[in-house]
Amino acid sequence: MTVTPKRLRAPEDLTVLRQSLVDRTDDRKPRIAVCGDTGCAVCGSLGLASSFKEIIERRGLKDRVGLKVTGCLGFCEQGPVVLVFPGEIFYRKVGPGDVEEIIDRTVLGGELVERLLYRDPITGQKLPRCSDLPFYKNQTRVLLEGNWRIDPNDIYDYIARGGYSAVAKALYEMTPEDVISEVKEARLRGRGGAGFPTGLKWEICRKTKGDTKYVVCNADEGDPGAFMDRSLLEGNPHSVLEGMIIAGIGIGARHGVIYVRAEYPTAVVKIRNAIEQASELGLLGENILGSDFSFDVTISKGAGAFVCGEETALLLSAEGKVGEPRQKPPFPAEKGYKGKPTVINNVETFANVPLIIKNGAAEYRRVGTEKSGGTKIFCLVGKVNNTGLVEVPLGITLREIIFGIGGGIKNGKRFKAVQTGGPSGGCLPEQMLDLKVDFEELSRAGSIMGSGGMIVMDEDTCVVDIARYFLQFLKSESCGKCFSCREGINRMLEIVEGIAAGEGSPEDLDLLEELACAVKDASMCGLGQTSANPVLSTLRYFRDEYLAHVELKKCPAAVCRALIRFQIDENLCTGCGICRKECPAEAIEGERRKPHTIDPNRCMKCGVCMEVCKFGAITKS
Amino acid sequence: MLQDDAEGGGGVALKDLDDILSESIRRNGESLVAVLQDIQEHYNYLPERALRSLSRKTGVPLIDIYRVATFYNSFSLVPRGKHQIVVCAGTTCHVRGASKVTEEISRVLGIGPGQVSADGNFSLDTVNCLGCCAFAPVMVVDGEYHGNLTPAKTRKILTSLKAKWLLPAGEADERGLVDDGDAEETEGA
Repeated sequence: MTVTPKRLRAPEDLTVLRQSLVDRTDDRKPRIAVCGDTGCAVCGSLGLASSFKEIIERRGLKDRVGLKVTGCLGFCEQGPVVLVFPGEIFYRKVGPGDVEEIIDRTVLGGELVERLLYRDPITGQKLPRCSDLPFYKNQTRVLLEGNWRIDPNDIYDYIARGGYSAVAKALYEMTPEDVISEVKEARLRGRGGAGFPTGLKWEICRKTKGDTKYVVCNADEGDPGAFMDRSLLEGNPHSVLEGMIIAGIGIGARHGVIYVRAEYPTAVVKIRNAIEQASELGLLGENILGSDFSFDVTISKGAGAFVCGEETALLLSAEGKVGEPRQKPPFPAEKGYKGKPTVINNVETFANVPLIIKNGAAEYRRVGTEKSGGTKIFCLVGKVNNTGLVEVPLGITLREIIFGIGGGIKNGKRFKAVQTGGPSGGCLPEQMLDLKVDFEELSRAGSIMGSGGMIVMDEDTCVVDIARYFLQFLKSESCGKCFSCREGINRMLEIVEGIAAGEGSPEDLDLLEELACAVKDASMCGLGQTSANPVLSTLRYFRDEYLAHVELKKCPAAVCRALIRFQIDENLCTGCGICRKECPAEAIEGERRKPHTIDPNRCMKCGVCMEVCKFGAITKS
Repeated sequence: MLQDDAEGGGGVALKDLDDILSESIRRNGESLVAVLQDIQEHYNYLPERALRSLSRKTGVPLIDIYRVATFYNSFSLVPRGKHQIVVCAGTTCHVRGASKVTEEISRVLGIGPGQVSADGNFSLDTVNCLGCCAFAPVMVVDGEYHGNLTPAKTRKILTSLKAKWLLPAGEADERGLVDDGDAEETEGA
């Protein structure tokens, strides 16, 4: 939308602007949303968006057809994804060659392009609308709804849909105490992982004496396999800014800082653009909407350190120093950024705040559980059919997420475990699938909610290898301040590596358990305290698999290299020679058209032969 | 270890350095991380001379600058390769075989993760997560994403890119050596 920016000096100005925009939004005409998030961009969605733009302009359709490059539309597995409104028609794996046809047949003609529709893998039926797809139908999309409709580069698009009205309400219809009690009443809990009640955090900070206070947004999404916060920042940056401003009103802060991780350059661009636009309209800066409240937001870029997700480390890193955690108390609410009282919340937590203020706590709490209100966004990834970004009410079961929304396990394999909470979380087995997803239940089961990564594993995943992977990760990310974490993780890794190499003994399992508990008890920050979870949860639920490694010297999932062997079935081998040609270790021998053999002494177990064999003649065991 | 620059090759023109440091300190104040990010953005690594100069200008002891420079993963004290290969080592990529992909890259390029080839042509790094798990395992070559990788597919992509990089400028196009279409690579998996 092209509107000349004019500073808003009163809440009425915002209302007038919104009303003028409603008529100008492209909601009334047919429009196309192309997913511009990293996942879809990997398969060429940005080129696709330019083709749409070029064709719409060339054919003079600009006034009749709307086009938006949006944030993540959710169903990454099917990318590049294109939605056509009205009707929420879902087109999958769209290529540049499909652009003209989508415009002619669907946007202008109102027909469907059959071949681009999603096909239900079970019924075989083609499903045209998002609301028909099990992936979307079983979600509760409150926060992510914005990603479908909003152009993240355009503040007017956000305002037209009621954006920043929660700031106006908080400034003119509520006292700061009202704001805090509304957030408390909503039972909003920190979405970064630990689940601390947000309203309570704000209240403590408000009550702490101090002239200068800060609001810090934690966008250091460090868990591997999680990209919820990035998707919100890139898809709906103004919702995060609005949440931060409201926090500022609540605690009486006039400065905000967003700490974004180094690996998210696009998010930095989007949020910087959003800050500029909001400042131009007077929604950030001095005397917001004509009130006596002022608030500004700056960006601090991380430089790659997992431990900076811990709040005390993050605050130091945001100041440009080494991000080493420190002892708590004092908590950041008392002594935080630059030593001043600070509220630090995660991206998703802030994105929830405008909804609570706008619609009221009672409405917000209609979704969620008794102790935690609202929805949670998860990244459903791994060996699951429908990979993507999913938003569900707290209290839903793991089974509903993985099988109802995720469509079950890839390639008809068996479910083995689901890993939540990243390197601080744990692996939960099949018998825990009916567990309700909330902070308490997950932690009782030996995992944590975490920020929302949910990695599904099938029978081909080895839990010993997973424990080894996370320990390796934590070893390189431990800041080294506490002895228990620095040395304990290292020793745990040594033991697990020994087990994976076939050199473990049953006593190692007890030692591992003891060590894990010691690291958990003796470490100062969250990284160390939770670092034992991947080990303890796999030992608790998959002890048999560990025992197979140490007693039988076998890896049941055929992953641990020292314990597996590649073989060629001579009845199936045609002697085509492709495996011999491709083997990097020159370990395969055989004459043309005669069965080949693998020399186990030379084989590096890289699996290339198995991948290139067209006859399925190579197996590992 | 800090590596000092010899004059000439890879060396930093001092005039340039002075301007960059002054400007960055003016904008970022006391934030060492932000200043180091500016230096790295400009020179593609953190040259020793730049760190020494920063220490003199700000009065911050070199050891404290060194501590920040070595604490964070994204800083490098040695020049990165002209072509940069980054492999995602996130959990999803791991369960879908990223370590085998990394090994294959090492075999093709002759360097391990964190290393730069002797001729300075390419470097290999792993990162914790790139956040495009639907296409795991993923690598990024000079900013271009390649997804759904297998060792054999990785070798095919890198062998052709490597041949292109090692040719004198201009010849690559004539000989028709172009990137494997990325869209093609990720489709249909």
